[in-house]
Amino acid sequence: MAKTLFEKVWDQHVVSKNDDGSVLLYIDRQLVHEVTSPQAFEGLRIAKRKPWRVNASVATPDHNVPTTNREQGITDPVSRTQVEALDANCEEFGITEFGLGDIRQGVVHVMGPEQGLILPGMTVVCGDSHTSTHGAFAAIAMGIGTSEVEHVLATQCLIQKQPKTMRIRVEGDLPAGITGKDVALYIIGEIGTAGGTGYAVEFAGSAIRMLSMEARMTLCNMTIEAGARCGMVAVDDMTIDYVKGRPFAPKADAWDRAVTAWSELHSDADAVFDKELLFKAENIAPQLSWGTSPEMVLPITASVPNPEDARDDVQKEGWIRALTYMGLEAGTALQDISIDKAFIGSCTNGRIEDFREAAEMVKGKTVAANVKLAMAVPGSGLVKQQAEAEGIDEIFRQAGFEWRDPGCSMCLAMNADRLEPEERCASTSNRNFEGRQGLGGRTHLVSPAMAAAAAIAGHFVDIRDWV
Amino acid sequence: MQAFTTLNGLVAPMDRANVDTDAIIPKQFLKSIKRTGYGPFLFDEWRYEDHGEPEMDCTNRPKRGDFILNQARYQGAQILLARENFGCGSSREHAPWAIVDYGFSCVIAPSFADIFYNNCFKNGILPIVLDDAQMDTLFDACAATEGFSLSIDLPAQTVSLPSGQVLSFEVDDFRKHCLLNGLDDIGLTLQNADIIRNYEATRIQTAPWLF
Repeated sequence: MAKTLFEKVWDQHVVSKNDDGSVLLYIDRQLVHEVTSPQAFEGLRIAKRKPWRVNASVATPDHNVPTTNREQGITDPVSRTQVEALDANCEEFGITEFGLGDIRQGVVHVMGPEQGLILPGMTVVCGDSHTSTHGAFAAIAMGIGTSEVEHVLATQCLIQKQPKTMRIRVEGDLPAGITGKDVALYIIGEIGTAGGTGYAVEFAGSAIRMLSMEARMTLCNMTIEAGARCGMVAVDDMTIDYVKGRPFAPKADAWDRAVTAWSELHSDADAVFDKELLFKAENIAPQLSWGTSPEMVLPITASVPNPEDARDDVQKEGWIRALTYMGLEAGTALQDISIDKAFIGSCTNGRIEDFREAAEMVKGKTVAANVKLAMAVPGSGLVKQQAEAEGIDEIFRQAGFEWRDPGCSMCLAMNADRLEPEERCASTSNRNFEGRQGLGGRTHLVSPAMAAAAAIAGHFVDIRDWV
Repeated sequence: MQAFTTLNGLVAPMDRANVDTDAIIPKQFLKSIKRTGYGPFLFDEWRYEDHGEPEMDCTNRPKRGDFILNQARYQGAQILLARENFGCGSSREHAPWAIVDYGFSCVIAPSFADIFYNNCFKNGILPIVLDDAQMDTLFDACAATEGFSLSIDLPAQTVSLPSGQVLSFEVDDFRKHCLLNGLDDIGLTLQNADIIRNYEATRIQTAPWLF
């Protein structure tokens, strides 16, 4: 019977089926970070349990780590305790960890693919919703809570109900300057933050095939903002080329065998999806979120919407509340919105391609006087090293950006990097929720090039005018 | 885990859509390495006028008068009414930990985000899905009557209103079983240890690069 990509990978991981339709699903890889794991390790200790398969998990601290003055250690004692707890837990249970001093340390979803820890056809989990990133490798990759982190550590399995399948095709050529981030925000704007709830999404179509692995990771990363259980892209040559030679990727004969198996990781031609959506690539302009939910997003050429135009009272209330929080008035052109800070980084846009694209915008220019802080935060030590080898750090520094050490940083502001009340930020991160980047902070989600250009201009601009 | 069977409790309304887990428990409280103590910080940014920090004594913090849970009539509420896509965003289980630590053990909404929904069952919270019209009935009744309470019966899968109206809801058999009995599902899964080992023994033949 014809199968979707999701069904192929799912079926390969079903250990047993329960009477109520749920299954015991085998998990190949678990990524671990300091915030959602301490209570899971504590649970193992209390129950006197050991990890089922210790080499299936790999850890790195990211949410809480400082991005400056690392040699001084973590000054916040509460953050330090949590990072030290991860070190101690990994030591006690024998789990591989790339700690703070390791060049491989970084945002868990940047580190994983970079190390070849994510392979096509895997099931991948992490106590972090943006685990969906790894669907770019035709993996089933899902964010889970801490109880399930403990469950996977103890059993290498999860009890899961099979989600429905949705295929989102984007056909045609993406216009110049349009990135994976713009595609992601555009789709969320079209289907809403609950548009994917209950579904496993496969992204397909000629525009998706043309996206780099980095851009596919950005797209799958944002699938969770549409509420989907996971997002996936079929394997092609680009996938294989990306994985080849990475430290944890299979070698020699095992590699050849794996590549043969991976060539099956696409939906069969006559596979049936529960839902199908089609978008035209040519319709996608640079995107900018204006409100406090990722679905509150518009093309850069638009203006702040009027709540009177909302589809119903619930949405109208949401828009009014968002405009008040964001300090915006209906009708203001998005390009007239000025910013106080710019943040380039995160699991969404902290990879080398993102910094290359942003550097193109800032090269030879200077951050605008009204911008108090422009930060470039590489997603991992290795991304940082690569960017420095290409001179990208110098381009940012000369323009007035701060070039930081790797971590989640101002995406969620658990460390010292945050917005002050009413500060407005052009951010390459994934969430514009109230308070996400700091109490009272105002987040506008954009691509790296759009954030960089906004930092230079002091307000949002249409980067298509810049290239 | 605390079992959930039946509950007759005071109801509080959270009349807004897309309430995210960052709002339910802001990031600074995620630095704790414990599972308890999050209740005083539930909805911290909406609930208090000042900036909250972990370990803070919340007794004398200035509260926002317009926030629903600060109103006298909702003190002691055990059931939360919510709108669509409740619990969206971050996978943080600190959100259900905060909800249960505050005193809620049931959330009723027209839809939930997947990860949050799943996390509820791991923590003795029953998330109930009702349709929009039923939710409107509950929100209206809650606003109209001080002390409005509901009776939840998990074995019968019903929500009973004081008016005598009874609403039915769906829940997976396995999740219901675990919640009714307060079961640790790791222990249940480990009863299948041989099946997992057999799966691995077969899988390592066909996909050795995964091991």
